[in-house]
Amino acid sequence: MSYFGDIVHGIGTLLNGMKVTSKYLFLAPKEIITQYYPDNRDTLKMFDRFRGEVIMPHDEQNMHRCTGCQSCEIACPNGSIEIVWDRVVNEETGKKVKVIDKHIYHLSMCTMCGLCIQACPTEAIVWGQNFENSVTDRTQLTKVLNKPGSKVHPDVKE
Amino acid sequence: MNIPMMLPTEWIHNFLYASMPEGAAHAVELVLIALGFLAFFAVAGLYLVLLERWIAAWVQLRRGPNRVGPWGIFQTIADALKLVTKELTGTTKADLFLYNLAPYFPIVAALITISVFAYSQSLHAFDINIGIFFITAVSSIGVIGILLAGWSSNNKYALIGAMRSGVMVVSYELSVGLSLLTMVLMTGSLQLSEIIEVQRTGGWLIVQGHIPAVIAFMIYMIAGTAETNRTPFDLVEAESELGAGYHTEYSGMKFAYFFLAEFINMFIVASIAVTVFFGGWLSPFGITDEIFWLQPVWFLAKVFVIIVLMMLFRWTFPRLRIDQILTLEWKYLLPLNLMNLVLMAIIVWLGWTINF
Repeated sequence: MSYFGDIVHGIGTLLNGMKVTSKYLFLAPKEIITQYYPDNRDTLKMFDRFRGEVIMPHDEQNMHRCTGCQSCEIACPNGSIEIVWDRVVNEETGKKVKVIDKHIYHLSMCTMCGLCIQACPTEAIVWGQNFENSVTDRTQLTKVLNKPGSKVHPDVKE
Repeated sequence: MNIPMMLPTEWIHNFLYASMPEGAAHAVELVLIALGFLAFFAVAGLYLVLLERWIAAWVQLRRGPNRVGPWGIFQTIADALKLVTKELTGTTKADLFLYNLAPYFPIVAALITISVFAYSQSLHAFDINIGIFFITAVSSIGVIGILLAGWSSNNKYALIGAMRSGVMVVSYELSVGLSLLTMVLMTGSLQLSEIIEVQRTGGWLIVQGHIPAVIAFMIYMIAGTAETNRTPFDLVEAESELGAGYHTEYSGMKFAYFFLAEFINMFIVASIAVTVFFGGWLSPFGITDEIFWLQPVWFLAKVFVIIVLMMLFRWTFPRLRIDQILTLEWKYLLPLNLMNLVLMAIIVWLGWTINF
């Protein structure tokens, strides 16, 4: 009996697989996820979870949220992030505080693991949506994330 | 045959015999038929490749070829032109005579086989009384080409691939032959026009033969897919194990011959299935049987459906190992087939077929 049972079971599983693929086949025009990439590069918008590169958002007053705590630098498993920092005296409180001079990000070494973004306590660095990362000179892959003359946002406390 | 209009084939026949001596007219007719089949062969082969790529893309939610021409319809023509212009490389230690001969076996066998089918009542080049037997016999000549290619390439991967193909074709020929024999029990004739005539009066054979016919159709589809060396039975050219299998050492047009023959074999398998199980050029319930130009359309439409089914097999099922393939054939398909043959014989003997 198990001989014929096997045959019936086998046909059942085959039909089950056929059900899935034929559903995709007939849904195809509606569900296609591939993009006409070079044609639509002006309008192409990547989805939220896409990991393009690490960026540091700045607001209109050229302020970022990085306190220079170096958590991202420590969290990075392959040393893609280097932070050049300094201590300056805060005028209001008279205490010395840490500020970043340069937040250096080596895209060429980054594996897009996201540990730096998880480690950041102030959400200063986030994933960018840029997907065209190829350049002709590899020195262009070393980026300074904070813009020149930027300051830390006053709301951010260490 | 009360067809009011004169058929185009009859018109050409009459025109040729009226305008030149009988011998010359006959020769011209043969050449015209041969050219017709060659053209059909090339176009069908190229567009089946394109269809395969589209279906692969749609099953995987991709777009498929869309660059060359509208919707990519000239993609495979461009591919063929590329293959024609490529250099024919070869190995110095190959057995050159057999190496160069091998690609012609599959393509010639496929070409002979497609010339036997009844595309419509009048588009039937060669109506022999052993039609089904002839088709199964000639279509298995192709495997000689595969074996020769594997042997003469002087390459162990090619040889292993060719030997696997030999094992598979020898095994699965049995199932194809027996499942067709099951249906021949109902028609009582091997002649293709006779088989279609039986279905014109009594409904398609898959309906007439009900349970055993459906079982025979399933066995035929499994064995037919195996005979064309397609996935899930493509361990002949298993990329991860054997490179490209028996055509590892071939390039350019010689490779394209093997490649085209594979797709034409798929067309042949589908055409046999349509002729034997689904009434050939007959329309459902006989609605347009008398309109001569719709007959090839019905035939090709049914073939198209079967081919899409086979392509869906390819993108659904995982590949089998060689021992699993032989187990499937010798322990499952063959005993089932023999039981099915006896069942069909009993049903035909007692007259339990469905006729309407």
